Amino acid sequence: MIPTAFEYRKAGSVAEALTLLQEGGPEAKLLAGGHSLIPMMKQRLAEPGLLIDIGGLDELRGIQETDGEIAIGAAMTHAEIAASDLLRAQAPIVAETAANIGDAQVRNRGTIGGSLAHADPGADLPAVMVALDATIALLGPNGERKVQAEDFFQDILTVDLGEDEIVTGVCFQACRSAAYAKLEQRASKFALVGVAAALSLDGGTCSSARVAVTGASSHAQRLSGVEGALAGASLPDGAASAAAGAGEALDFVNEDLHGSEEYRRAMTAVFTRRAIEAAAGRG
Amino acid sequence: MSEPVPITINVNGRKRSAMVEARLLLVHFLRESLNLTGTHVGCDTSQCGACTVLIDGHSAKSCTVFAVQADGAEVQTIEGLADGGELHPLQDGFWEEHGLQCGYCTPGMIMSAVNLLENNPAPSEAEIREGISGNLCRCTGYQHIVNAIQHAAERMAQS
Amino acid sequence: MTIADGPALPKLIGERVKRREDPRLIQGQATYVDDIKLPGMLHLAFKRSDIAHGVIKSIDTSAAAEMEGVELVITGAELAEHLGPMPIGTPFPAPDHFSVATDKVRYVGEPVAVVVAEDRYLARDAADAIEVEYEELPAVVDPEVAMEPGSATLHEGFERNIAVESYWGGTGVNPETAQPEDDSAVDAAFEEADVLVTQRMLNQRLAPNAMEPRGVVAQYETGREYLTVWSATQNPHILRTLVAAMMGLGEHQVRAVAPEVGGGFGCKINIYGEEYVAAALSRLAGAPVKWIEDRTEAFLTTTHGRDLLGYIDLAAKSDGTITGLKARIIADIGAYEVLLTAMIPTLTGLMMNGVYRLPVVRHELTEVFTNKTPTDAYRGAGRPEGLYFLERAVDMLARELDMDPAEIRRKNFVPADEFPFATQSGLVYDSGNYEPCLDKALEVADWQGMLAERDAARAEGRIVGVGLSFYVEVCGLGPSAVVPTGGWEHSGVTVERGGKVTATTGASPHGQGNETTFAQMLADHFSIPLEDITILHGDTSVVKQGIGTFGSRSQAVGGAALISAAGKAGDKMKQFAAALMTDQEVSPEDLVFEDGRIQVEGAPEVSKTFAEVADFAYVPVPLPPGMEPGVSEESFFEPENNTYPFGCHISMVEIDRETGEPRLLKMVAVDDCGNVINPLIVDGQVHGGLAQGIGQAMFEEVVYDEDGQPVTASFMDYVMPRAADLPAFELDNTVTPTPVNPLGAKGVGEAGTIGSTPCVVNAAVDALAPFGVTHIEMPLRPERLWRLIQENGGQS
Repeated sequence: MIPTAFEYRKAGSVAEALTLLQEGGPEAKLLAGGHSLIPMMKQRLAEPGLLIDIGGLDELRGIQETDGEIAIGAAMTHAEIAASDLLRAQAPIVAETAANIGDAQVRNRGTIGGSLAHADPGADLPAVMVALDATIALLGPNGERKVQAEDFFQDILTVDLGEDEIVTGVCFQACRSAAYAKLEQRASKFALVGVAAALSLDGGTCSSARVAVTGASSHAQRLSGVEGALAGASLPDGAASAAAGAGEALDFVNEDLHGSEEYRRAMTAVFTRRAIEAAAGRG
Repeated sequence: MSEPVPITINVNGRKRSAMVEARLLLVHFLRESLNLTGTHVGCDTSQCGACTVLIDGHSAKSCTVFAVQADGAEVQTIEGLADGGELHPLQDGFWEEHGLQCGYCTPGMIMSAVNLLENNPAPSEAEIREGISGNLCRCTGYQHIVNAIQHAAERMAQS
Repeated sequence: MTIADGPALPKLIGERVKRREDPRLIQGQATYVDDIKLPGMLHLAFKRSDIAHGVIKSIDTSAAAEMEGVELVITGAELAEHLGPMPIGTPFPAPDHFSVATDKVRYVGEPVAVVVAEDRYLARDAADAIEVEYEELPAVVDPEVAMEPGSATLHEGFERNIAVESYWGGTGVNPETAQPEDDSAVDAAFEEADVLVTQRMLNQRLAPNAMEPRGVVAQYETGREYLTVWSATQNPHILRTLVAAMMGLGEHQVRAVAPEVGGGFGCKINIYGEEYVAAALSRLAGAPVKWIEDRTEAFLTTTHGRDLLGYIDLAAKSDGTITGLKARIIADIGAYEVLLTAMIPTLTGLMMNGVYRLPVVRHELTEVFTNKTPTDAYRGAGRPEGLYFLERAVDMLARELDMDPAEIRRKNFVPADEFPFATQSGLVYDSGNYEPCLDKALEVADWQGMLAERDAARAEGRIVGVGLSFYVEVCGLGPSAVVPTGGWEHSGVTVERGGKVTATTGASPHGQGNETTFAQMLADHFSIPLEDITILHGDTSVVKQGIGTFGSRSQAVGGAALISAAGKAGDKMKQFAAALMTDQEVSPEDLVFEDGRIQVEGAPEVSKTFAEVADFAYVPVPLPPGMEPGVSEESFFEPENNTYPFGCHISMVEIDRETGEPRLLKMVAVDDCGNVINPLIVDGQVHGGLAQGIGQAMFEEVVYDEDGQPVTASFMDYVMPRAADLPAFELDNTVTPTPVNPLGAKGVGEAGTIGSTPCVVNAAVDALAPFGVTHIEMPLRPERLWRLIQENGGQS
């Protein structure tokens, strides 16, 4: 319940946060909503020596659309994302996924930047970002760096983010025909298996697709076999056959009390199909 | 021991300043430093919601917020909900509908319900059940809590 | 003579009176144990074992002791000089169990050392700085494996880890020795049976999870040699007795207080090591000390419930008449016996007659130590296990015979004219009338409509089932012959000057609403307004004697004690009233309480106000001959028997064909708890009980891995029912009063928990019956259900 002691600095700007990060070295951690970090600190699974609070920084806030590209600031909360009219109209998958993360209190504090940087294997948004082919914007001492979401998530709780870098936001192309479906782990509300599907549709035919899974494996990742099978498929009828092998194709599958490897593989196929059907339904 | 941090938080309409250890959780600041013991702690993994307060009008689990993060914010706790001598409609609803037994989850549950009705003044039963899913109650089976929130929603709609 | 102009007072018993506890609770003004702050108070933190089984080789406390603000660091071995082994409340043999482990640890979470520090954060830091070196021993986690010769053992003198062996009950068993004398009738019944049902079933381990974790504040006053202990407990008087004994004090030197208590569900009956340690360390440190449990600690160290394995056999005729029952039960009680550990599973066999007229019954119980948290009472405590085994088996029999689950039960019910009914297990059911309750449940649920709905859903390809259960339980625990802690309850009633009434009760509530229901009873008894009554509880310096709140006993035993004391106080008030009515010849026997007055029955013009009589009682001039001044009376009440409430639960479950996720669509409960004081509170008790019973059926389970490491030590992995997991419950009731107490009330705290568990599992089995499924182990994990569907190729 009680974290270990740490030094605390509130950053007045992203630039200051970067300086503090450099000074702090490996002991330093960024704190925004804190809803990934603080629970770990209370269990003493994380014991940072310095916390740099970037929670209130205006630079990291906002949801904008420019020429069909949508950008979300890293400090936006799940609740703000869920309530965004812009997202509801142009990328409903993002608003809906955010609306079903955890519970109301968690959504009021937890941020998209925190969720992506922490990369819990059961977090919902990573799969959505991979499916949307989002770009994750990072800022470090050497300036800005952009990483595609599918490259950003590397392993369990491991992302392509330097110790001296900050996630500043994400951007992705507006996409209506995308949906996320998840099997919830009832206690934690994380995804036992969650699948995001983003489709390019030409009438009832899928011209191309990006599909990503979370929860099933160490980190959010594409289901390229499913994507291949979807190209040219007619939907929704072709969803089941495209999804059928989704789970079997995974290299590594998590296993715990709530779901064995076999079950998670099977559920990956089920929720892949459900996500594709829901996305196709948005046509 | 880390360096104490100065904070000023507006709690239930009163400015409260203090020097705190950075790791002090907001719930402990409220309970230990301000003696606002109506906010409870029921778990250590941010699941149970007993510690729910409003930070700048939004429900939050005060066990998952450092007091330093609330510097400059407005915090409302169960003690600040009644308007003078008059109970908030949700407090009244919980009383009328027997929405509590041991009472331990109740302050957090009520603060969550405040957040819920703020966003959705006329929720369906399903929306209420979903809206309080960040709060665990072991006594009531939730049914009278649902009734209590409906009771309050109706009363708030009338006024 | 004057007649006061007071309004007519409505009778309150049976009314949905709003709770008097609530104003403080809904405004954050209640005082739970963690809200108590004393000047100079220090804080405790425990260093706990992170292995399941091992010998403590060394404990290095130096780093902790050197920390600024740390007052004291003490190991179990050092503490054993101040605190002996902890007492238990059952007659079974038990190994020594110290508050803090002295040489060996036997479950993850067992304390090995304690820190006393200036604040809670620092205490935690210091506890984490303690280094313990263990020699690990193999962990024993499966009770059946634990009993095998050659298995590692937890305790010397308890071979094969057996705590209680071959404890028999039922037909032909000598209840004194718990051994069979001539039980050949049981074997004969099984030989002659047309149909047999045989099933191994697990009633899984659960965490009680009261929302308020445990906590204790202890203040030892040196010089005065007086100890005050505030604790989140269900029974402060038992706490006083045991902590006094452990501290070498008399009960007169100990005050125990249960302040506002945030739920108990059985897990706050036990008096825990932390309570003794806090008392001892307050004396040692010369300052008040506080310990508040974290939820993670609660999962590891607060007693668990259930964990009974049953091998159940039922014999029947082909027409559905049950002719015999056999139950071999293995209880996994964890690492130690605490207060009531060994007694709880004995209730299981005792209640396995259920509501049926079973000609022969045999139950055999073995209790086994494993490297897990000790078990004790959890809501229902022994009865849910027995009724689950029985009601599952009866359901299997109905399915085997293709009978309606309601009709097979009706066929075997104890008939209404056979009460009081002596069971084969040796109990005497006080009263019962089962058929009307069954009929009402079938009507409220629209059973025929549910069957049609299920069939229609199946025709659409959905997986839907309906379930029914009928339970009887044992409540109102008393007399003392059957309750190791004492089977009575105490109450005091004082009429104050001015006519207000203060009553005390030893039934210390933690959510049950006794301040309301007890006041309702007194308001009716004296015919005075509710606002004129205060109910005090939970403080042994205020409430002279008491047992506590568990086993659904506060109304049936505590309420009866209250009414008994109120009767004595009322008699005295009438005597004073008669003495005041000097201008008439009035006998106290002619007087009644009516709307704030004491009047001659049928002659309201001859009356005194309750207030003026009360004033007179304290300045009685002249003092009536033979009377003492004042009105302050007390009573101990001990019932002659337990009470046996019953009820019928009906549910409908749907299972997702692709994922196995179960969804409870409907839950109907028709309960009979005898006379009801406050239906609002009774509904709340049933709702909460249902949620916990459903939680066991569908979601909850404490799981350990093969090394004895807990897998479900937080709300991240232990699935608690949330609002969105449950449907709106439909309740109704029948009323069959008990003759064993003057209220006719039986108790309702555990009812919902007992009937709902088998009911929901029966519905899930019905849902999967088209797949050839005849039994499903709890909880109804999605993967478990998915596998059962897959085993049949996904097709029904």
